[in-house]
Amino acid sequence: MLNVDPGLIIWTIITFLILLFLLRLTAWKPILRALDQREENIRSSLEEAEKAREEADRTLQENKKNLEQAEEQVQKILKDGRALVEKMRQDTINKANEESRRMIEHAKEQIEREKQEALKELRTEVAHLAIRAASKILDEKLDEKKHKEIVDKFIEDLPSN
Amino acid sequence: MINSEENTAAASEAEAAGQADEAGWILDYVTDQSYLDFKLIGKIDLPQFEPIELFGLSINLSPTKYVVYMWIAAIIVFVMMTVVAQTYRKSVVPHGFSNFIEVFVVFIRDEIVRPNIGEKADRYIPFLATIFFFIATCNLLGLVPYGISSTENISVTAGLAIMSFVMIQAAGMRNNGVVGYLKGLVPHGLPVFILPVMIVVEFLGLLTKPFALTVRLFANMTSGKIVILSLLGLIFFFQTVWVAPVSIIFTLFIMLLKMFISLLQAYIFTMLSALFIGMAVHQEH
Repeated sequence: MLNVDPGLIIWTIITFLILLFLLRLTAWKPILRALDQREENIRSSLEEAEKAREEADRTLQENKKNLEQAEEQVQKILKDGRALVEKMRQDTINKANEESRRMIEHAKEQIEREKQEALKELRTEVAHLAIRAASKILDEKLDEKKHKEIVDKFIEDLPSN
Repeated sequence: MINSEENTAAASEAEAAGQADEAGWILDYVTDQSYLDFKLIGKIDLPQFEPIELFGLSINLSPTKYVVYMWIAAIIVFVMMTVVAQTYRKSVVPHGFSNFIEVFVVFIRDEIVRPNIGEKADRYIPFLATIFFFIATCNLLGLVPYGISSTENISVTAGLAIMSFVMIQAAGMRNNGVVGYLKGLVPHGLPVFILPVMIVVEFLGLLTKPFALTVRLFANMTSGKIVILSLLGLIFFFQTVWVAPVSIIFTLFIMLLKMFISLLQAYIFTMLSALFIGMAVHQEH
């Protein structure tokens, strides 16, 4: 049982070497390559998935940012619009106020002018009337020129209103 | 009762006389023979050659029963692996049997070879995987009816250990250079006068590794077989059928254990070879 038989050792070595040679030739390369290839596939798939996930994350982030920006913009536009409307309203009111004020002023001026004119006419009329009345009363002796002077003076002395 | 006692006494006397024969039939099973003995069917005589005289040794290269079973194991491994390789050529995704083999290949690669050898480990995978599958198949062949484990012979395990030894030295020399490797065997920084002693010690250390591999595998495979034969022998020793159930249950248990040990020993042999290759490749400086 414990005898070492050189022939058997040699046969073992020969058998093993032939088996090793044949397996190297036919089996190990395809098997190990297939394993490596598959692992490589899995690794690259995982990496790709990771990349895709990152990409999706980034897109999501971007979308969120865009949405926020849009929201902000909308808010700004709304605010601007409100301000504009408010300003326009104020402007319109101011303009209307101004217009009415101006119209009132104009009217007042006109009234004043017309009043002055009327007064002036009235004065002339009154002077004429007075002269004529005075002429009739004073027997028409005094010449008209002198009378006029007198009356004018009298009118000058009158208060302007 | 008295009669049967007398009978037993007589039987034991007879057995005591023929004790050498009693042990002999077990030894028949674990020694090499130049014929294949298929019990109950017949014997096949193997061709015999003249021994060759070489270096004062007479080397008998006649095939024996262990050589034949080794070939059977080698053919099984070769066919198995070729079939598996063929399926991989068709598709990278393994099916059924390929899946089963792949588990072992991946285990050898990721748990044995790469951790123990480190970088450039992949070039040793074919050798170590072949050793693993060859030893495992040889071992398991002993559990098949009429099958014999070649690894229960010390010459066979010695042959495998020599292969491992050669591979270890070759790996060391390939990686560190022949001179560098031999220098690296002896620890650095020793006084010169210790060197001769250390060289002898380290040389013996180199040889103990394959020797341990040889004996471990051989002893494990032989002991299991002897235990099984002894358990079955009890039936004939006690000359009664009533022992048979017990013997068979224990035999079954030992056989299951052997199934585990077959793979375990193949793993240990491969593992230690990888470890030694790793040690030779990465010498401590």
